[in-house]
Amino acid sequence: MACFLVPTAEAIVTTVIAKTAKDEKKDYTDVSIETGAEVQEKPAKMSFVRKLRWLSNMLWGGAVLLCFEHLWHGEVVPFPPFLTAASDPADTAVMLHEMSTVGVCMAILITAVWVGMVIVSNVIENRAEKEAPAVSQEV
Amino acid sequence: MTLLITLFAAVVATLVWYTKPALRDLKVGVLCWMFWGASLMWMIDAVFEFSELGADYFAPAGADMLNDGFLGFAVVALALVIWTVIVLVTDPRGTVKAALTKR
Repeated sequence: MACFLVPTAEAIVTTVIAKTAKDEKKDYTDVSIETGAEVQEKPAKMSFVRKLRWLSNMLWGGAVLLCFEHLWHGEVVPFPPFLTAASDPADTAVMLHEMSTVGVCMAILITAVWVGMVIVSNVIENRAEKEAPAVSQEV
Repeated sequence: MTLLITLFAAVVATLVWYTKPALRDLKVGVLCWMFWGASLMWMIDAVFEFSELGADYFAPAGADMLNDGFLGFAVVALALVIWTVIVLVTDPRGTVKAALTKR
C-alpha cells in the first residue's frame, strides 16, 4: 500500500548525511615536484561518504520503481491525499501495519546488503594495500 | 513475475557494468542501483506474500501473471528512460554539448 515510504524516508536521511558530511578523500591534491602543478592523487581507499552514496542510490532507485508499481496498482494517485488508503480509516490502519512490517523489512534488507558490500570492499581495499608494497619491491 | 524480470535486469546491468569499462562513464551503475534496490524490496514483498499464501504463491492466475509481467517490462522501460535522461543531462562524453554548439 505504501511500504516504499519507509525506504524513501531512509533514502532522504542518508542523502542528507552524505551531502553534509565532508568527503575527506574527494579533493586530495598534491603538487608535482617536476612541474609544480597540482596533481590529483588517487586515494588508496574509497571514503565512507562515497560508500554511503551506494546505500542512498539503492534506496532511491528501489523507491522510485516501487512508487511506479503502486501507481500501476492505483495505491498511489497524483492528487491529494496521494495514498488511496489514506481516505479510509480502516485502510489507513492496514497501510500503517504494512509500512511497519514490509516497509521496515525492506529498509533493513537493503541496509544489511549495503553493510555486506562495505565489509567486502574494505577487505578488498586492505588486501590491495598489503599487496601493493610487495609488488613494488619485486619490480 | 515483476520480481523475476527486475532481477534479470539487475544481473544483466551488473554484468554490463563489470565487463564493459567504456560504458561505466555512461552511468550504467545507475541502472544497477535501481534494479538491485527494487529487486531487494520486491523480494521482501514476495516473502510476506509467500507467508500468507503458502504454495499458492507459485501458482498465480494467468491474468495476474500477465499483468505482473507487463508491469515488470514497464518497470524496466521506466528505469531505462530515467537512465537515458541522466546520461543526456550529465552528458559525460560531451556529445550533447558538441551537438548544440556545432554550427
